[in-house]
Amino acid sequence: MSARTLFDKVWAAHEVVAETPDTPAVLYVDLHLIHEVTSPQAFSLLKSRGLPVRRPDRTLATMDHSTPTETAQVFGNVPIKVDAAAKQVRQLERNAADFGIELFGMHDMRRGIVHVISPELGCTQPGMTIVCGDSHTSTHGAFGALAFGIGTTEVGHVLATQSLLQRKPKSFAINVEGDLRPGVTAKDLILAIIGRIGVSGGTGYVLEYRGSTIRAMSMDERMTVCNMSIEAGARAGMIAPDQITFDYLESKPRAPKAGDWDAALLRWRNLRTDPDAKFDAAVDIDAAQIEPMITYGTNPGMVVPIGAAIPDSAGEVFDKALRYMGFHNGEGMLGKPVNVVFIGSCTNGRLEDLQAAARILKGRKVAPGVHLLIVPGSQQIKQKAEESGLAEIFKAAGADWRESGCSMCIGMNGDTVPAGQYSISTSNRNFEGRQGVGARTLLVSPLTAAASAVRGRITDPRELL
Amino acid sequence: MQPIKRVRSKTVVIAAGNIDTDQIIPARFLTTTTKEGLGKQLFADWRYGKDGAPNADFVLNRPEARGAEILVAGRNFGCGSSREHAPWALLDFGFRAVISTEIADIFRGNSMKNGLLPIVVDEQTSQWLLDHPGAEVEIDLDTARLTLPTGIAVAFPIEAFARHCLLNGVDELGYLRSKLPFIERYEASLAALT
Repeated sequence: MSARTLFDKVWAAHEVVAETPDTPAVLYVDLHLIHEVTSPQAFSLLKSRGLPVRRPDRTLATMDHSTPTETAQVFGNVPIKVDAAAKQVRQLERNAADFGIELFGMHDMRRGIVHVISPELGCTQPGMTIVCGDSHTSTHGAFGALAFGIGTTEVGHVLATQSLLQRKPKSFAINVEGDLRPGVTAKDLILAIIGRIGVSGGTGYVLEYRGSTIRAMSMDERMTVCNMSIEAGARAGMIAPDQITFDYLESKPRAPKAGDWDAALLRWRNLRTDPDAKFDAAVDIDAAQIEPMITYGTNPGMVVPIGAAIPDSAGEVFDKALRYMGFHNGEGMLGKPVNVVFIGSCTNGRLEDLQAAARILKGRKVAPGVHLLIVPGSQQIKQKAEESGLAEIFKAAGADWRESGCSMCIGMNGDTVPAGQYSISTSNRNFEGRQGVGARTLLVSPLTAAASAVRGRITDPRELL
Repeated sequence: MQPIKRVRSKTVVIAAGNIDTDQIIPARFLTTTTKEGLGKQLFADWRYGKDGAPNADFVLNRPEARGAEILVAGRNFGCGSSREHAPWALLDFGFRAVISTEIADIFRGNSMKNGLLPIVVDEQTSQWLLDHPGAEVEIDLDTARLTLPTGIAVAFPIEAFARHCLLNGVDELGYLRSKLPFIERYEASLAALT
């Protein structure tokens, strides 16, 4: 057999029916994650046709997008503020019960952002195909899974058949070599990659992140990188599993146990791109050249090193983005005012992200007038942050410490940025209005977010480390 | 789904590139549990002012947009989230096709599953369309050609199976369910592995 990429291997292992010029492949789905926002219409389709969920045992449900983060609304007697969100949550509870799907509901300790909880439970495993009605499903590729976002019609297809009709995408190698410098994080790396290949540079491809920089990363860091593959237009990003992956998984509750673990390891160790395998596209990145990065516009590709100036105009779309942001070309980013700081999301809401923020916030105060919102990615991460003293550091600094959820990344639950205000955010999208109508979002790492919260101005985190 | 053979209509132009699904339908409207009625929230933040009144400058609020079924947009239309609410909103408003030089993967797949035609054209054709808002064009799905009022016709790529389903009103879930014996066999082989 000819040399194959990691992606080729995972794809081939899940082809139920191979593709032909006239018909797409039938691709088997190992794990289907669902949440309250993109599933209701899919369940309605099943109900209207009288179909069951084919494999409830391969389906996991949670609520994260529209759920409140204020403790009184989650655990107390205060009703969910957003009525329609409350209705969606109830609908998911009903659908999960009707179709026999396991649900991590509002009061469950295992609840959290869908892309955070599946890895921390050990449900996400190397070599799997994983789908979810959410574009940041690419996160799970950090484990060597083929994981991608799907629409609601496809959610219905997977519920009914545990399969999808798919054309095989092309492959794209992102080779990253060298050491990231102190104060430069996985978030800065992925922002630099998106800046390099562009917001549609990955359209039609599955990315594979490779090289010494990637191999040196923790799982939390790898998840940050894979998470934002979709911001370069790629539905999926993958990283070959290695000892770091296996060590992460071994203690997780739903990872294979005993003899099954040994058998799984044997399979997983083959999940790597063969030395002579060919990619359809490739780019080389020198990690040592990367600085802390910050976006200045209204898509994640409009990004510069934090000490740099906003580039010269690149046309009408560029000018429109700068008008929306209230910026001018040629201006430096450092020292610009900050109103809101958000630390959280499926990009940067894991324990290592909170630890990074705490390095800066320990013994310091949030600048007057700045609202620092810290939202853990899951209830388990919240608990760990509380047990290890991180939450105390945040509260002492004056941060607003919440229950888990997508929160201000998407602003569906009432956690929004007021119009015109600047939000320094560890999330993944700086689109117009993403964090609230008229909100102006600048994407950064947790270190840069925390440093900017302390100074009340855009700050290079290396000044406070 | 009703079969779709061709769409003939005047165009509406929104020239911006990288129009993301948060612009097409902002997230605060995703709390719905149905597909219907999203047309009034299409491009909500561009279409309405802070007071909720229509913004007279925005193209979809102008009289010439009325009845247009084809949207012409800048490069990389539909990037961002996987929300199928984006094609639902475009269809509910009355659009039946979107033309761009590049259309994001998930949005493109979602569109075809709902009967919204995602048409990718070359730079030159795109520029002509961007420069001629309101032009009467025809999209023929059977021949996979777009015809401009100048008489010039250009071929567009469209995935063969999706085209077949659109032309014949084939239900993709029905087709997928016809493969259940293969799926069962695949699952049996998985069970044998472990």
